[in-house]
Formats: sequence, structure tokens, C-alpha cells
Amino acid sequence: MWQALRNELHPRGLEIVTVGMDTAGPEACRPFIEAARPEHPSLVDVGHVMAERFGVVNIPNGVWIDEAGMVVRPAEPAFPPGGVRVARAVVEGGVPERMKAIFAEADKIQVDREAYGRALRDWVELGSASRFVLPPDEVIARSGRRDHSAAEGAAQFELGQYLWRAGRGDVAIEHFRAAHRLQPDNFSYKRQAWSLVPAGAGVFDRFWQGPVEGREGEWPYDSDWLSEVRDKGAENYYPAMEP
Amino acid sequence: MILDSLTLSAARFEKGTGWTLKPQGACRGEVCVPLPDVVHDGQVEVAVVAERLGMPLVESAADGLWSLGPASLGGHVLATAEAPELELPDLEGRPFRLSSLKGQKVLVVSWAPY
Repeated sequence: MWQALRNELHPRGLEIVTVGMDTAGPEACRPFIEAARPEHPSLVDVGHVMAERFGVVNIPNGVWIDEAGMVVRPAEPAFPPGGVRVARAVVEGGVPERMKAIFAEADKIQVDREAYGRALRDWVELGSASRFVLPPDEVIARSGRRDHSAAEGAAQFELGQYLWRAGRGDVAIEHFRAAHRLQPDNFSYKRQAWSLVPAGAGVFDRFWQGPVEGREGEWPYDSDWLSEVRDKGAENYYPAMEP
Repeated sequence: MILDSLTLSAARFEKGTGWTLKPQGACRGEVCVPLPDVVHDGQVEVAVVAERLGMPLVESAADGLWSLGPASLGGHVLATAEAPELELPDLEGRPFRLSSLKGQKVLVVSWAPY
């Protein structure tokens, strides 16, 4: 999805680096990367290093770095122009009710893709004179809260990932739960942990991210994707881009 | 980072945390935090550095492991606007360093397959 924008802006001095974040390992990212056929660096992050280094708390997300290696916009929602919304055709026959509800909520999530592309083009054209370039103090201020408890949340999440990869999902869940409690605004910590719980939903398994009907007592987390988005309001899922 | 000991080599500490140990202290970009004498024979006393940088240490006693969290001393994710180093592999396991793109504008996009 980013390749078209890269074709347009790379000759004018922009490189795009995509980072697939998944504790489940690089193979989980492979089909998406191979389908996108990127000509730009395409990396995999099985440890949520992007959260630790740059404060990425939801996806998709973008960070702008200038020629001197300075962050000029910290992590924020980022969308390629012209991307597709949830295809309504997918919601037709053969889809479980929960997935239909998830698609319906996802379809309500408001994203101004064209605004992000315009901002990016403005920066590529004007450089430091772009109104979207933030001064260093503002970059730091907008990079996200990290007090001691938020940092402990990151440590708990990393321990959970380590234990999950070691085949000890039952213990890992306790650390993921702690991370969710300590960083309640980190939606990728939640989505990641929820997506690792098998739902027996075939191709939808990793998107299910919640209890299975009739087995609700087995769901190990306090919330789930559908409940969280409904509580928060789909329209508030991604904060709007501020210049 | 996951640790099985509370002493580790300075090189491993630096790669794992993004903080560089210099004579003036632990540094990231232009930000340096003074430290007592914590490096002996190339080994870092992690607990002391962690306390100074506000890095939580979460212990998993049953496994003999610790998880060292990121620095929290500034109250924000970024302590400086200078981009932290990032080294991640591509699908084939080849490492890529973000700093290799210095001199270009860079958009780093995070996504996930779930």
C-alpha cells in the first residue's frame, strides 16, 4: 500500500521503511510483505521494539525523521493515500457474526488518508519550512507518556513475549495483562496479546480478538477488540493529525 | 531487554537499550545522565544504571530472568528528538540499521498482520 507513495516521493528525497510488528514471528508478516512487493526496506519487529524506541501504541503508525536524523514528527496514525476501507463484500455470506460486527465497527473508524498524504508531500517539498515539522521540544512532548509505570508496562510486555515464544502462553498472559493495566492506552499491546489467543475461527482467527460464544469464561483478558472499540467509539479510535 | 544476569557487557547493554555508556554517563543523543562507576572489566552493573535512568526491572524469579524496561527519567518516550538507533531484520533475517538512511527524509511506518 505504501509502494505507490514511495514511487512518487522517493525521487524527491523520501525513503519509506515499513516495520511489521508481530510477536508470532516473521512468517506471520511474510504473505503481506510478499503481496506488497516493496522496493523500500521492509523489516519485521517480533519484539515491539518500535513501541520501546518510538512510542508506537497502535498501527498503522508513522514517524518522520529528517536528513540529519532528527525526529520531526513522533509516532502518530499514518495511512497511505487511496487505501481501501473494509471491503463490504467481505461481510457477505460465510462470515461469523462476531466478524461481521468487527468489520462494521472498523468501517466506522474515521481516517483522513488524503490529509496524511498531503502533509507528507508538504514536508518533502518544503523540508524544515513545512508547517508539519515540529520543533524538538514538541516532538518530545508528543512522543507519548513514559513514567515509571508505563516503562514497567513495556518490561512486562517484553517478558510476556519472551515466555509466549518459549511455549509458555499461560504464564505469558499474566505479563500481558500487567502490561495492559500499566499502559492502558497502548492498543497494539492489547491487539497483539488478544490476537495470540486461538479462537478456532480459521482465516479470521487472529482478528477475532475476543471471547468465543459458549466459551466466554475461557477468555483471559479484561477487554477485547469489539468491546474496546465500542466503548471508546470507533470515531475516536485514531486521533486526528494535528499540524 | 531480557536478562539472565544483572551484570552484562557494555556492548550488549548499549545495543539492547539504545543508551551509550560514556565517561560523562549514559547518553542518548545530546542527553547524558551522570553515573557512578558502574562498568568493571567491560561489565555493567545493571541495577545501578537502571535506577539512575528510571528503567524498571521486572523479575521472573521462577525462570531466573529479568526484563529491563525502557528509561523513564524524562517522563516521555523520547528523551531527545534525535532519532534512536533501530536495527531490525528483514524477512530473510538480514539486519538493517535506520541510521544507514541518514541524509534522506525517512517515513517509518509500523503495521501488523492482525
